[in-house]
Amino acid sequence: MTAWLVRRLLWSMLVLVIVSGVTFTIFFAIPANPAELIAGKYASKQTIASIEKRLGLDQPKPVQFVRFLGRAAIGDWGFSYTSQQQVREAIGQAFPKTLSLTFGAVVVWLLLGIPIGVISALKPRSLWDRLAMIFALIGISAPAYWLGLVFLKVFSDMLGWFPLGDYAEIAQGGWGAWAHHLALPWVTLALLYAGWYARMTRAEVMHVSSMDYVRTARAKGLSPSTVVWKHVLRNALLPIVTMLGMDVAYLFGGAVLTETVFGIPGIGGLAWRAIRQRDLPMVMGTVLFAAIFIVVANLLVDIVYTFLDPRIKVEA
Amino acid sequence: MSATALDPGSAAAEQVVAPFRSPWRDTLRRFGQDRWALAGLVFLLALHLLALGAPWFVPHVLGQDAFRQHMMDKITVAGRPVDVVSEDGLPIGPSPGFPLGADLSGRDVLSRVIYGARVSLLVSLLGTALALALGLVVGLISGFYRGIADTILSRFVDAMMAIPILLLAIALASVLRGGSVWIVILILGLVNWTYLARIIRAEVLSLRERDFVEAARAVGAGDAAILFRHLMPNLVGPVIVFATLSMAGNILLESALSFLGVGIQPPVPSWGNMIQEGMSFYNVAWWITLFPGLAILLTVVSFNLVGDGLRDAIEPGSRDRRMS
Repeated sequence: MTAWLVRRLLWSMLVLVIVSGVTFTIFFAIPANPAELIAGKYASKQTIASIEKRLGLDQPKPVQFVRFLGRAAIGDWGFSYTSQQQVREAIGQAFPKTLSLTFGAVVVWLLLGIPIGVISALKPRSLWDRLAMIFALIGISAPAYWLGLVFLKVFSDMLGWFPLGDYAEIAQGGWGAWAHHLALPWVTLALLYAGWYARMTRAEVMHVSSMDYVRTARAKGLSPSTVVWKHVLRNALLPIVTMLGMDVAYLFGGAVLTETVFGIPGIGGLAWRAIRQRDLPMVMGTVLFAAIFIVVANLLVDIVYTFLDPRIKVEA
Repeated sequence: MSATALDPGSAAAEQVVAPFRSPWRDTLRRFGQDRWALAGLVFLLALHLLALGAPWFVPHVLGQDAFRQHMMDKITVAGRPVDVVSEDGLPIGPSPGFPLGADLSGRDVLSRVIYGARVSLLVSLLGTALALALGLVVGLISGFYRGIADTILSRFVDAMMAIPILLLAIALASVLRGGSVWIVILILGLVNWTYLARIIRAEVLSLRERDFVEAARAVGAGDAAILFRHLMPNLVGPVIVFATLSMAGNILLESALSFLGVGIQPPVPSWGNMIQEGMSFYNVAWWITLFPGLAILLTVVSFNLVGDGLRDAIEPGSRDRRMS
């Protein structure tokens, strides 16, 4: 078991190294010299050369890559080429916003998706089920940024219920302003996910309901609600929890489109700006930051499943 | 009594009397009974026809030009002349000459939505084709030869999948620049193949242990024969389902890239860049953003309907990813 864990951990780290390699290689191809970006338009050749030297840009690319990995491993993610801010600091400032967006969206989509899925599964082919599945289909098919614009038009511009974008710090405006500003982004992001959760919940509940032990429970004379709550949901929701873990990990890396439309200065926006400005350290930082969550979530799911389900064999 | 006269729901009865039918005929029959999937298919066929016929349809039926700017023109609405673009720069909304309104340069939104379909469908289709080729090759090599090749390829696939798909696409787009249709196709192919590679690898891993492969080996079939004659036909199902659902994903991804300004570049109309162009005016000239978005929504819904229908008809399958 320990051997398996260690091996699995090492693989995860290797995946992160490859992620860095892929990102680095993509930006390898950029013709622009980052030193020129930093020095500005009118810098002399000497200034550019000294900046190149300071940042190690005069070294061969593989050397630069290995140096980056070495520094990243001990927590030094470097400085932004454009704002001179520490990458870690910039991520640290952006992450609470992304966290706020994700947290609220998760609550909304669980409250929408799971009840819709359960009711649909209990009354398959009913009118409710049809309507619910149409709702789910629209949710998974709508472009996030467009949905955001439609909501802004209807609920902010026409009805005036919510502010037109922007992010309100809890420290400044309190919890009320924070939630008020985030309500539309939460709903936008949540609708994209609620559809998947409704469909998944429906499928799982229907699958579990058809199993023998549920039939036994019914045959024992248990009330329908006891069967649903105690026997069906407990098992049906297990895969949903896994999915939730993966989705939350994914969203911690930033929701570029939602953040862009609503002007939320989160990780997604940070990464997007960095890519546009060819700010390599910031790109590496944000991509690695997002990848770490995904890799760790994968690892956790594997470990939890291995512990929970003795049928999964551990190959050491 | 023939098989069709029996209750189609009673599988047992069917097993007893049904004559041998090719599995594909059964699949088609199941798909044909899915009314939602058929509705999606009809919509997509109509959309493809419209897209293909756009150079004829737009001038002859709509009497419009998707690229012509009507900055100084006036049209007659209810007997009075009205500016297509007002002096404040506000374009005309849905009206007789412009059924879905005009955009900020006084171009007809409906014509551009139809031309946008050409770009979106073409880009998504070729992007899917590229992803299919890459995913199939990598999946087959990983699953069939296993060993060191599989280890390397699988770790690479893991890494690619650990990078948020939209970030990867934006990064590629900003580095490759150009923003031409071909670059966008390349990007869609490069970010999408990993899903198929995983599916194919898993399928091949289980297929290669099956008796019919062993039987083929016993009669002396080589790797190529086993791959192409015995394994490939069994992969057609998952590949078709992947292709349809990835069309839905690609339409969304292309429009997202164009919306962010790193995909299809104006003046070539794509649904995404139309929304981007109209974004800052979404509150006064809402039609510029609403209709391309609806086009995306309907198209993606249709591909999802057809994809779900195919998956249900072929096999119970997997989940797709999404974009936030």
